[in-house]
Amino acid sequence: MMFFGLVMALKGPAYRLGTLMHMGPGFLPTALGALLICLGIGIAAAAIPVPEGEDENLLPEHREWFAWACILCSPLAFMLFGSFFGLAPGTFACVFVAALGDRQMTLKNAIILSLIITVFGVGLFSYILQVPMPVFTWRGL
Amino acid sequence: MGGEGSMVAQALTDLWYGFGVALEPHNIVFCFIGVLVGNMVGVLPGMGPLATISILLPLTFGIKPVGAILMLAGVMYGAQYGGAICSILLNLPCHPPHAVTCLDGYPMTKQGRGGVALGVTVFSSFVGASWGITEMIFLAPVLVRVAMEFGPAEICSLMLLGLLAGSTLARGSPVKGVAMTVLGLMLGIVGTDIETGSERFTFGLTHLDDGIELIALALGLFGIAEFMNSVNQISTINAQYTNVRLRDLRPSKDDMKRTIGPMIRGTLVGSLCSLIPGTGPTIASFVAYATEKKISKHPEKFGTGLIEGVVAPETSTHSSVQGDFIPTMSLGIPGDAVMALLLGALMIQGIVPGPQLIKEHPDIFWGLVASFWIGNIMLVILNVPLIGLWVKLLTIPYKYLYPSAMFFVCIGVYAANNDMFQVGETAVIGFIGYVLLRLGFHPAPILLGFVLGPRFEENFRRAMLISRGDLLVFLERPISAVFIGLCLLLIGLQVYVRIRPKKKEVGATPTIFESTAGTAAE
Repeated sequence: MMFFGLVMALKGPAYRLGTLMHMGPGFLPTALGALLICLGIGIAAAAIPVPEGEDENLLPEHREWFAWACILCSPLAFMLFGSFFGLAPGTFACVFVAALGDRQMTLKNAIILSLIITVFGVGLFSYILQVPMPVFTWRGL
Repeated sequence: MGGEGSMVAQALTDLWYGFGVALEPHNIVFCFIGVLVGNMVGVLPGMGPLATISILLPLTFGIKPVGAILMLAGVMYGAQYGGAICSILLNLPCHPPHAVTCLDGYPMTKQGRGGVALGVTVFSSFVGASWGITEMIFLAPVLVRVAMEFGPAEICSLMLLGLLAGSTLARGSPVKGVAMTVLGLMLGIVGTDIETGSERFTFGLTHLDDGIELIALALGLFGIAEFMNSVNQISTINAQYTNVRLRDLRPSKDDMKRTIGPMIRGTLVGSLCSLIPGTGPTIASFVAYATEKKISKHPEKFGTGLIEGVVAPETSTHSSVQGDFIPTMSLGIPGDAVMALLLGALMIQGIVPGPQLIKEHPDIFWGLVASFWIGNIMLVILNVPLIGLWVKLLTIPYKYLYPSAMFFVCIGVYAANNDMFQVGETAVIGFIGYVLLRLGFHPAPILLGFVLGPRFEENFRRAMLISRGDLLVFLERPISAVFIGLCLLLIGLQVYVRIRPKKKEVGATPTIFESTAGTAAE
C-alpha cells in the first residue's frame, strides 16, 4: 500500500510543461499529479495503522504464478508468432499458452482447444471480417 | 414547444421514428446478436459484460454507429438477464448486481422452486426494464433542453460531479476510487495535445502519439486482469439443481400476487438509483432488497427462499440499468464503467456525446430506446423456452473459456488499428490492472476518468479562456455552482459516513456496501 502511494507521489513531479492557467498543455497534468500525490499520501496514511503483519493480502491465498505468467505471455506469444508467422500460428500460440495456465488442463485438451479456436478464429476474422493480417507468412528471424 | 401535451406527443412521435430505425432488418439482427451474447456471458461465470463489450468493440468498427450501439447496449442488458440464472441456480454471484438475488434465489432452488424463481425474475425484469425505458423517453429530452444552456464551465463542473459520484459511490474505498479516477484522467492525457500539438507522456514512443487506445485499456483492465484474478479460482460447478424445464417456470397464482408489490417498489428504487450518478444496478439491488425486508411483515423469513427477495432486487437492477442510459445519452456523462465504454464506442464512431446527441443523431438515440424494448422482448422469448440451454451453458468449464477469450482479446486489440504494439500495451495494462485489483483498487473508475478526461480538459481550458483564467467562474455561474455544491456535499457525506460507524457499529446500508465491495469483481 505504502509502495503504491510512493509510486504515485514520485510520478507527480515528473510532469513537464507545468505552465499556469493560460492554456499550457501541462497545466492539467500538473494539477492532477498534485492531486494524486495528496491521494497517495492519504491512502498511505490510512494504510499505516494496519499492523505490518497484515501485508499478506497483497497476494491471494492461492498464488498462481504459473497461470499468471501464462496469461501475460499469451498476448506476447500472439504478438511474436503473429508478426513473424501470421494469424494462424499466432492464434494457436496465444490460446495454447493461455490454456496451459489452468491446472486441470491437459496438454491434449489444450492442443485440441487451440486448434478449434484457430480454425474458428481464422475463419471469422480473416475471411468474414477481413482483418488485414496474413494467415500464414514467413518473415524470417 | 408548448405545454406538457405537445411534449408527450413529440416524445411519442420520436419513439415511433425510433421503432422505425430499430426495426430495420440489420438493426434487429445486431440487437439480437447483442442480447444473445449478453445473455450468454451473463450466464457464464467469470465473464462480465465489461469484458464482453470490450471484446466486441473492435468488431463494431465496420458497422454503422446505430447498429454498433444497439448491439453493445444489448450485451449490457442481456447480461443482466443471464446473471440471474447463475445466482438463482448455482448460488454464484457471478455478477455483482445479482449477488443479493442469491440470498433468496438459491434457497428457492433448493426447495425445488428454482424454476418459479427464474420465471418470476424474467417477468419482473421485463417490467423493471420497461419502466426504465419509459423514464428515458420522457426524461432525457427534458434534461437535454436544460443541458443545451450549459457553457464550458457548467459542463466542467457537471463532469466533476459525475466523476466524483462514479468513483466514490460505486464500491470499495472512496479515496481509492477517486485515486483511480485521477489515474484514468491522466491516462486520457497521454498522446498529442489537441490544442498545442505537443506530445505528452508518450515517452518517445510514436505508437502512443494518438493516446492510449480505449480498447487496449478496457481489455487490459477487464479482460486480462480479470482472467488473472479468476484463473484456477472458479471451481467445478455443482450442477445438482440445474435441471429446469419449461413448465417449472410458471409461477402459481399466489406467487404472482406476492410479486406485484415488490415489483413496483423495486422499479421505483431502481429508477431512483439510476438518477443518482454513480449508483448503478448493484446498489439498486441491495437497496431494493433492504427496503423489501424492512417493509415485510415477517423479515426473519428473508433468506429462506422468499419470492419477494428475488423479485425486488431483480426488478430494481433492470430498471436502473435502463435508467443509467439517461445521463449517458442525454448529458454525455456516464454513470459507471459500462456506460463509459458505450460512450467510448460512440466516440470511436466519430460521434460526440453530449446534449446535442439527440438532436444531431436522433436515429441513435431513439433507435436505441426502441431497441431496448425489442431487445427486452427478445430476451423474454430467449429466456423462457430456452432456459434449459442457458443452464447447460453453465457447465462449460472455465478452462476452455478463458483461453478462447484471450484470443478474442488479442485479435480484437490488433484489429482495432492493425497494430501489434497495442497487444503488448494491453498485456501491460492487464498486469497493472491486476496489481491494482489485488491492492483493493477497483479499476472501473479508471475507465470513467479515461473517457471523460479529454473532454474535461477541453472544456476546462475553454472555461478558463472565457473567464481569463479566473477559477471563480465555476462559482459565479449559478448552475455550475449547484454542481460544485453537490460535489462538496458528496465529499462531506463520504467523510461523515467514514467517521460515523466508529461510534455506532450497526447501520444496515454501510455493511451491505462493504459486502458489495467484497463480492464485486466485475
